[in-house]
Amino acid sequence: MKILVAVKRVVDYNVKVRPKSDGTDVDLANVKMSINPFCEIAVEEAVRLKEKGVATEIVAVSVGPQQSQEQLRTALALGADRAILVNSDDSLEPLAIAKCLKAVCDAESPDIVLMGKQAIDGDNNQTGQMLAALLGCGQATFASELSVDGDKINVIREVDGGLQTLALNLPAVVTSDLRLNEPRYASLPNIMKAKRKPLDTTTPADLSVDISPRTSLLGVELPAQRQAGIKVDDVAMLVDKLKNEAKVI
Amino acid sequence: MSILIIAEHDNSSLKPATLNSVTAAQEIGGDIDILVAGSDCQGAADQAALVAGVNRVLVADDAAYDNSLAENVAPLIAEVGQGYSHILATATTTAKNIMPRAAALLDVQAISEISAVVSGDTFKRPIYAGNVIATVQSSDAIKLLTVRGTAFDAASAEGGSATIEALSSSHSAGISQFVAEEVAASDRPELTAAKIVISGGRGMANGDNFDMLYGLADKLGAAVGASRAAVDAGFVPNDMQVGQTGKIVAPDLYIAVGISGAIQHLAGMKDSKVIVAINKDEEAPIFSVADYGLVADLFAALPELDSSI
Repeated sequence: MKILVAVKRVVDYNVKVRPKSDGTDVDLANVKMSINPFCEIAVEEAVRLKEKGVATEIVAVSVGPQQSQEQLRTALALGADRAILVNSDDSLEPLAIAKCLKAVCDAESPDIVLMGKQAIDGDNNQTGQMLAALLGCGQATFASELSVDGDKINVIREVDGGLQTLALNLPAVVTSDLRLNEPRYASLPNIMKAKRKPLDTTTPADLSVDISPRTSLLGVELPAQRQAGIKVDDVAMLVDKLKNEAKVI
Repeated sequence: MSILIIAEHDNSSLKPATLNSVTAAQEIGGDIDILVAGSDCQGAADQAALVAGVNRVLVADDAAYDNSLAENVAPLIAEVGQGYSHILATATTTAKNIMPRAAALLDVQAISEISAVVSGDTFKRPIYAGNVIATVQSSDAIKLLTVRGTAFDAASAEGGSATIEALSSSHSAGISQFVAEEVAASDRPELTAAKIVISGGRGMANGDNFDMLYGLADKLGAAVGASRAAVDAGFVPNDMQVGQTGKIVAPDLYIAVGISGAIQHLAGMKDSKVIVAINKDEEAPIFSVADYGLVADLFAALPELDSSI
């Protein structure tokens, strides 16, 4: 069974992003970049499926700038077998990324595509669902447990009301939620080994994918800031403030 | 302009989340139709017809649409949505699952979780865990949007008299099956609709201690939420998680107990009207967004709070 796992290079989750002074976009100069945390969980799940003997090959794919090679090397260090970078320096929308991934899937024919449920930069939560639509295959988003059962997979999903279990025919797209697993750290020998694993580069044009944008970013701004509150001395003062000042209880 | 809203429902009734999309649609302006896709969903359709400001309710009643499987419902949305300028749904986990799939079938770029309508083609939405608000303009012929529920008031559930029309088209992809559902039963208000929310974090130390929050919540008519740390630690189930990738809440009063206030948590609650933080660490970032901060051991403060309310 072949697994394709998609990873995205994003601003590190610890960074508090701010707008540029002219408000045209966010300021990403000299900001630490990392593998999107949800993508890291997807990679870990792929590696666990290989360790269980369910998966035989893991192909990591990223769609983005040249530097995304760093995140692909991370995926290789965690256990992916080879990597493909679809290189574009444009800021790509989820639909364009899904089309690039579709083209890669057409060439690679994976049984399962694993990816993060959302990237923590755009917070779109769209690409996996779009890819599944383009592939005409089933989707299980927000996965917290995955098991392969012959030519089907069973996935437990985190939904608003609790947990939902779906069975999907293969091939299928699964997007990871936070509790699917806890990713391992790459060991130093594996990081060294990852440098020798194959990493191919292609482009949207090579894949004949139309990536022309459908939206334009008119500007970014800070959200309304909360005014600094006060510290109350004790519970009695808190209750008094809530009753008589804020009038919320 | 003509707007199609995808109803959030459980077949027998319309979920209140739908009403936030109706308000967003009214801000865009135009005729508003609601699509109810379900199985034995007449009850939900009847309620949708009563929502103020709705023109038509389109009902696709078919076993294939039970449990809102994306593989079956998305093609229906793509088919019915062809005739509309906008397709909206409130950003629940159901809509987040289905809407991007429908967008790809229509070859349009969806816009997720809009928090404001600027014009018919321009919308604001939070990015980077809500640290930044982006203004985005769509050039697609059909604007497919999900709506952040906390950013738009609920439209009135009564007073409307929409016509109800049955749709005959059936889409059964046959590639996915619903197996089971484990729904947390609770008599407390729904987290995203509650006027008061009390959330516990890692500081609660274990799941049993959440009983202190439940007791207080029942006195106040509040819902109980949690930080990711508390869910990851297994104190409480996932449906209680408030944050960037969990539930977004904006109640009149949010009480954060034993929550340090990571930006991912703040993203889910900082639009609450009044925020109270109880934490023994006076440097905790949660205090930077709290209107009232109490630096105290929660195990002493909670019983005292409980007895004084």
